[in-house]
Amino acid sequence: MLLSEMKEGQTGIINRVGGKSALRRRVLEMGVLKGSEIYIEKYAPLKDPLELIVKGYHLSLRVEEAAQITVEDVK
Amino acid sequence: MSQKSLTIALAGNPNSGKTTIFNNITGTRQKVGNWPGVTVEKKEGIVSKYGYELKIIDLPGTYSLTPFSIEEIVARDFVLDECPDVVIDIIDASNLERSLYLATQLREIDCKVLFALNMADVARTRGIKIDADKLSELLDLPIVFTIGNKSEGIDELLKKAIELAESDVDTSGKRKVKYNKDIENSISKLRSFIEKNSEISLPYKTRWTIIKLLENDKIVRERVLQKVGDQGRNVIQEVQIHRELLADRFNDDPEIVMTDERYGFIAGILKEVFTTITKQRIDISRNIDLVLTNRFIGFPVFIFFIWAMFQLTFSLGVYPMEWLDTGVNWFSVSLDGLLPDSLLKDLLINGVIAGVGSVIVFLPNILILFFCIALFEDTGYMSRAAFLMDRIMHLIGLHGKSFIPMLMGFGCSVPAIMATRTLESEKDRILTILITPFMSCSAKLPIYIVLTGIFFSAKAGNVIFCIYFAGIIIAILAGRLFRSTLLRGADAPFVMELPPYRVPMVKSLIIHMWDRSKMFLKKMGGVILIGSVVIWTLSAFPRNIQYSRDYIAEINSVRASYNTEIIAANGLDSQHIEKKLDAAIAELEMARKSEMMEKSYMGRIGKILAPVFAPLGIDWRGGVALLTGFVAKEIVVSTMGILYLAEGEGSNTLKNALLSSDMTPLSALAMMVFVLLYLPCIATVATIKQETGSFKWTLFSVTYSTLLAWVAAFCVYQGGKILGL
Repeated sequence: MLLSEMKEGQTGIINRVGGKSALRRRVLEMGVLKGSEIYIEKYAPLKDPLELIVKGYHLSLRVEEAAQITVEDVK
Repeated sequence: MSQKSLTIALAGNPNSGKTTIFNNITGTRQKVGNWPGVTVEKKEGIVSKYGYELKIIDLPGTYSLTPFSIEEIVARDFVLDECPDVVIDIIDASNLERSLYLATQLREIDCKVLFALNMADVARTRGIKIDADKLSELLDLPIVFTIGNKSEGIDELLKKAIELAESDVDTSGKRKVKYNKDIENSISKLRSFIEKNSEISLPYKTRWTIIKLLENDKIVRERVLQKVGDQGRNVIQEVQIHRELLADRFNDDPEIVMTDERYGFIAGILKEVFTTITKQRIDISRNIDLVLTNRFIGFPVFIFFIWAMFQLTFSLGVYPMEWLDTGVNWFSVSLDGLLPDSLLKDLLINGVIAGVGSVIVFLPNILILFFCIALFEDTGYMSRAAFLMDRIMHLIGLHGKSFIPMLMGFGCSVPAIMATRTLESEKDRILTILITPFMSCSAKLPIYIVLTGIFFSAKAGNVIFCIYFAGIIIAILAGRLFRSTLLRGADAPFVMELPPYRVPMVKSLIIHMWDRSKMFLKKMGGVILIGSVVIWTLSAFPRNIQYSRDYIAEINSVRASYNTEIIAANGLDSQHIEKKLDAAIAELEMARKSEMMEKSYMGRIGKILAPVFAPLGIDWRGGVALLTGFVAKEIVVSTMGILYLAEGEGSNTLKNALLSSDMTPLSALAMMVFVLLYLPCIATVATIKQETGSFKWTLFSVTYSTLLAWVAAFCVYQGGKILGL
């Protein structure tokens, strides 16, 4: 499942982070990497970007960026 | 005895409390400037402590030292090239895992690192327990607990930093990230390849350089090529072979694998030092966000905050602005009384004081605005604003944070352009600076009011609204155009932390506000002074104008004739007659000024430029008025007043003069479009120069906006004529 398809309040485990090299590395460096647990806190009022909790802090990503990330074990 | 001096750099994530600690160490003894060549703020301060002179450098807040952004490049270059005696890494205790990522990179560089474990008290209330002794032992570095906003642990921190600087520990032997077997294998093979060849002397430490080259770090690669020359190319080639080998082995780029491994190393450490009690905790920040980024009321609240900021800046700011204005006037009037009439006096009063005075009056607005922005930033609301607005700003190819500067542009472009400092990406910053002047600033409003009032009386409000709206549309179009041409490249990714809300510290708000304002005063002073003098010279010379009428004689004769009338009236009605006298003299004065303006260099330039303005339906007088608008847009109206021979003050008479001139509603509209778009005032141009740090971009901004203004006004006027308006 893509991260961008997750709904508010769901949790999941990051499976793979794709995307262009620089952006991809930035996302990884911020702690969104394989095996990290994430929680979808909310989507912005205009449905983009989204806010998630990873490694104990709040991070926001654009939906198009989140569409490069796959998640598993979505609950 | 002179003190020994040590350099201490503060590194850390954004929002880790780094700036608070910096402020606590240095207090008011800090210097704010720019890092050479870039517009990243550089803060440093010098303090004497424990018999040492400590030079404290506040590095830009970064999440890593991978050179993506200018901030990261600046921070890394400082550590690499300036070799500070100690680097204090400020670790946000409630964000240990992510903070340690930067720490592992600092450790890799082989500098003396000290941890300040900040805000452990907050972390404890969130149920996080950190075994600092164990952490210190595992990473083999000293750790000091600090509570930045209560300035606890600061002395201890400096004491430990000095101790570390004076110790002669060998940092290269310290514990670092150990990568997996294949990567370590490549590293050691590359190391022996380099060591075998005595001609190769790398610019930086060997292991670090190899790691960076394996990570495909462009900056390090270039520096190796520069320093090592031909042999460097061999090294790069050898690295490339290993990169491909590793990529093949892991089915992914080595830099990605290495990022993973660093987090793996961190996870190993965390397992031993970090415990959380999973109790149902109350997270105030999340609760605040339930309101502030709420689907329904998030926007209304945001609009309210922006409205409040506007009100404070431009409505409350009006009062001190008026005081300053009165002060400048008073100064100018008393100087007028003190000095004998001379060219120097004219230069001082009408050139220097009028010019600099017209900019100084913005100081209250700037102080208030930057106070508000500091409040937004320090509380953590700024990133929420970006979160809310990103969808809309993304349409123009901009980051959500660009919204605030663009909005401020409706008030005044000077603080608006200064507010672009909050943007991280240089391209975003330049793009925002280029389009912000299209947000019609408050100084342009009097021009619209006068022109629409005269030519569109009933529909004035609608016309003004359309002008404002046109500015926004043109800004969006220009933004999209630049994004796809000059400033190509995707806009900065929106990978942004939403930090917990914090109560801001008054001290840091005030330092922040004062720093920015000081910069405004200092840098503006020079350019504006020169510009004002130039404009004054153009309109005050040549001195010996051949007037078509002898104004002085006429004034004298008018005065004489009225004086006899006053005597004849014998006290009766003398006030009424005096008023008439004053009006008659003022009329003559105005005519004289108008002729002087017409015959000055400025007037001549206006006449030379007349063919340029003619296709827009603007005559030479309008052209001169627009030229003087370069000093400040407000002046356009007063110049028009003088040139169109308005008798007395107030726009009623300017109205008659304009209506009897060649100006039509259509040419008035063309003129307003021109005013909306053409080059901004001198204060703004100076700010653009300061904030882009580039003469080229400043020139570009001035040229393209003026060209665009001409083309747009041309289309309006000629198009309107074709349509038969």
